[in-house]
Amino acid sequence: MKLRSFNALLLHRFAKTVVFGLALLPFCWLLLAMLTNQLGANPAEFLLRALGDWTLRFLCLVLAVTPMRVITGTSALARFRRMLGLFVYFYAVLHMLSYSWFDMGFELDDIAKDIAKRPFILIGFSGFVLLTALALTSFNRAIKTLGAKRWQRLHRLVYLAAGLAILHFFWMRAGKNNFAEVYVYAAILGSLLLWRWWYRVKRRPA
Amino acid sequence: MPNNFSRDGFYHPIPSEITSRRVYEGRRDLIKLMAAGAAGAALASWSSRDALAQVAGTRPGKLTALPGVRSGQAGAVTMEKLTDYKDASSYNNFYEFGTDKADPASSAQGLPTSPWSVEVEGLIRKPARYTLEDMLKLSVQEERIYRLRCVEGWSMVIPWIGYSLSELIKRVEPLGSAKFVEFVTLADPKTMPFVGSRVLDWPYAEGLRMDEAMHPLTLLTFGMYGEVLPKQNGAPVRLVVPWKYGFKSAKSLVKIRFTEKQPGTAWNKAASNEYGFYSNVNPNVDHPRWSQASERRIGEDGLLSRKRKTLMFNGYEAQVGQLYTGMDLKKNY
Repeated sequence: MKLRSFNALLLHRFAKTVVFGLALLPFCWLLLAMLTNQLGANPAEFLLRALGDWTLRFLCLVLAVTPMRVITGTSALARFRRMLGLFVYFYAVLHMLSYSWFDMGFELDDIAKDIAKRPFILIGFSGFVLLTALALTSFNRAIKTLGAKRWQRLHRLVYLAAGLAILHFFWMRAGKNNFAEVYVYAAILGSLLLWRWWYRVKRRPA
Repeated sequence: MPNNFSRDGFYHPIPSEITSRRVYEGRRDLIKLMAAGAAGAALASWSSRDALAQVAGTRPGKLTALPGVRSGQAGAVTMEKLTDYKDASSYNNFYEFGTDKADPASSAQGLPTSPWSVEVEGLIRKPARYTLEDMLKLSVQEERIYRLRCVEGWSMVIPWIGYSLSELIKRVEPLGSAKFVEFVTLADPKTMPFVGSRVLDWPYAEGLRMDEAMHPLTLLTFGMYGEVLPKQNGAPVRLVVPWKYGFKSAKSLVKIRFTEKQPGTAWNKAASNEYGFYSNVNPNVDHPRWSQASERRIGEDGLLSRKRKTLMFNGYEAQVGQLYTGMDLKKNY
């Protein structure tokens, strides 16, 4: 009963607008904090890290959509999947931009060298390239052009992107041996992947 | 002990000795007046430089004053803009209190720093336990304005108060066999919530080669910005080695040990491929995960400006370069 009304709520015509607004909140908060000089002694580092964190969080959210939909039977959740996926990309772009800007001063030469030189950056950049491919094929026409099967296969790469993001985060934290948060994100993404695998096996005709 | 040394171990002047507020606030005008004419050209330039020094000496007014005389040591006083006290005392790496840079300022305040003593031991003729009071009086307190370059790629400019570690070393008379100095810091799980975490081996220990420890720029430090050290900055006594990455400058020292073998150091034990024993600031030797060629000066380089170039030995090459002649600094990072 409760779930059904939740489903109805999600189908409300303003639901998408509300979710859009909520997903934009971290960005607004960071922007406001930046403009009012509330980001502490090292604002560039704060922005760079916060944007990385939010990319990971939205990655967890978007990958939780289908499991949640199936487990709770709230079919309306599916409406938000593309938007949340594009928010992953939104925060990833901002993360990448702040690295290029604050750390590298937009010197493309230096950025290229940095990517080639440091595995930690290379992994992060590869994840970004993957997400770019997914964002570019996120609209309906792309699904038609590619065909649903091929499109789905392509978009399963999001799990590879998630793996790369975790590795990137792990390496970044390796210097401080401070893996608690890394493990939390890894556990969330890992269990979501595990659920998919279990669900697939279960559904397969005997 | 003179009676105006209070129980906290710091010098509190008697009220009649304190410069009146009006005179104190007018000090720059006084100096400017001197610079303007009466004193003559040579003295004028000296005075205007002193006026700058006074700007540097503006106290934040948070903790007990600890005055220091302007250091005459070559390279000991950079004229760069000082980092704000607020940034220097709120953006800290002090892992005993947590790995986040805001952790030390919030959780170090319960650290008891009085009474405090430092055990000086090992290959020396005069091993002793120095109380903080003894240490404070051991030599003239100097103000030294050093660049501080963190291995993470940021930097500050901090006016420290202290004296050359060599003053202490000379007094304890090292034996010929003493080749290294090990610095052991406090590891008290009761007041330091992160002691015992797996991040590092506790207690946090650092080390220097004997000639590095004897170098006049190596500072035994008791204060900053004209006051005693805030707890998050390593109160009540720490090391400052300006040409090395910040983590070499061990905080809240409890033991100084003279050894024949190179001592193990905290970060080297945690990740020897990333942090070497020497850890001299070197723009040509990158950290495996990031470049060391540039740095962000806290509070100064705007969000939109490029990072500044990191200098060899953090700009102290003229003073310390000769310590490393003939050494492969890529290998001995």
